[in-house]
Amino acid sequence: MIQPETSAAAETRIAPEQIVPFRFNDLLAIEPLRADEITFLLDQSKPFQEIQRHPLKKLATLRGKTVGLAFFEPSTRTRISFSTAASRLGADTMQLQAESSSLQKGESLLDTVRTLDAMKPDCIVMRHRSSGAADFVARHLEIPVLNAGDGTHEHPTQALLDALTIRDRLGRLDGWNVSIIGDILHSRVARSNIHLLSRFGCRITLCGPPMWVPPELENLARCGEPLRRVSRVEEALDGADIVHVLRVQQERLHEPKLPLDEYVMLYQLTPDRLRLARPGALVLHPGPMIRGLEIDPAVADGPQSCVLEQVTNGLAVRMALLFLLIGHGGEDLPAKDAI
Amino acid sequence: MRVVEKTQLMSATEIDRTLQRVAHEIVERSGGTVHLALIGVRRRGVPLAQRIARAMRAIDGVDVPVGTLDITLYRDDLSMVAAQPVLQSSEISFSVDDKDLILVDDVLYTGRTIRAAMNGLFDLGRPRRVRLCVLIDRGHRELPIEAAFIGRTVQTSDMEIIEVRLNEIDQEERVMLVERVP
Repeated sequence: MIQPETSAAAETRIAPEQIVPFRFNDLLAIEPLRADEITFLLDQSKPFQEIQRHPLKKLATLRGKTVGLAFFEPSTRTRISFSTAASRLGADTMQLQAESSSLQKGESLLDTVRTLDAMKPDCIVMRHRSSGAADFVARHLEIPVLNAGDGTHEHPTQALLDALTIRDRLGRLDGWNVSIIGDILHSRVARSNIHLLSRFGCRITLCGPPMWVPPELENLARCGEPLRRVSRVEEALDGADIVHVLRVQQERLHEPKLPLDEYVMLYQLTPDRLRLARPGALVLHPGPMIRGLEIDPAVADGPQSCVLEQVTNGLAVRMALLFLLIGHGGEDLPAKDAI
Repeated sequence: MRVVEKTQLMSATEIDRTLQRVAHEIVERSGGTVHLALIGVRRRGVPLAQRIARAMRAIDGVDVPVGTLDITLYRDDLSMVAAQPVLQSSEISFSVDDKDLILVDDVLYTGRTIRAAMNGLFDLGRPRRVRLCVLIDRGHRELPIEAAFIGRTVQTSDMEIIEVRLNEIDQEERVMLVERVP
């Protein structure tokens, strides 16, 4: 079918097989995504990985577009990653930060984002301490909402950049033995990763102090096998292809009191413990990493560590998502249901 | 809107003969092939560039590196097209710095694709020279862009479309002139 509208479109017209097969109005969570949609998002990140290697990294693709960054919770790396992704695509950003926001003055979340929306950004990237906050905002705004972390619920772009890193290093995503170590209960990174990796038939083992790995988590994944819970880190590492080390959120250590040195002794990923995993097993960490606490510096800097690749891949994934969500004319985008 | 085929512009043999001739012209007019490299513009410029490189190898025994450029991110009509295009990778394994580059595409029309391709190239480095090679030049330029190597020049109207079909992509090999009829 050939239906060029203008001469320019006629020259560069798009063949049906070259048209994006999925519509993403928002990215709120990994849980509702299918494996083929995830694969597509990872494939679309590849051209943006190349751009990180170009001497000139600035594109004009989203020139004239504005990305609203609404971070209601302190964040350094995710915020910088999203704003760099936007600026490398040529988009402008408007930034709202927790410390300086009028939330401190008692404004409601909805009023704050409506004010931001009234300045006409093309999408909003948001982080909030409450689970479900991004979903709530998306239901009230017409523009796309990208979840950059909501409470203990999900952090979808982190899981996507982790998956991209795994696929680059190991060639595929399917069927690996994945161990996640740390405070699973409070980790949105763990949750998004569990949803993503279980879609690809990975066998997932959760390990950490019992109060952070409660039995309810076993049935978290909607597909695949139930998750395995183990309390000894040696058992979790045995035969692992991928080890996800979570940050110890020190603010949570007092909940049931757990001495730091005890955590280090029982759960720190050390070179000796890593040797229990498969040779060449990958070590991932979402950052910020606390050397000497959850991870031994020798492991953090070792050849199996993917920490810095994760950061670079984060840019690629976020550029791909911004491009997919706001990089088109949008005439045929169905309007989101107004509530 | 329907589309009807008006005439066949080139057969498989004619495409092959034209590419052989273009390969000769490139070698002849480049003053040495040491710095030469071909960049195929996705999609149909890619097999064309590969075929020209093969023909050049037969002429001069030189191995000319071939790269692939996806121009989607550099298009100026993204906010006008309703359908979102899929991105593909650009694969250029050599440095373009100081290279004598030939951009290869199937049809030269408004010149906007080539404008986009040049923006993409210059993000990669600073080539010594960039020239353009197309299988068909159909006129109607909207930008000051011309090809140095042209397979065939065809007079067309606005309602006509050039359809290039290549074995590698379309499982058939010919060039057609088709017309949109209301």
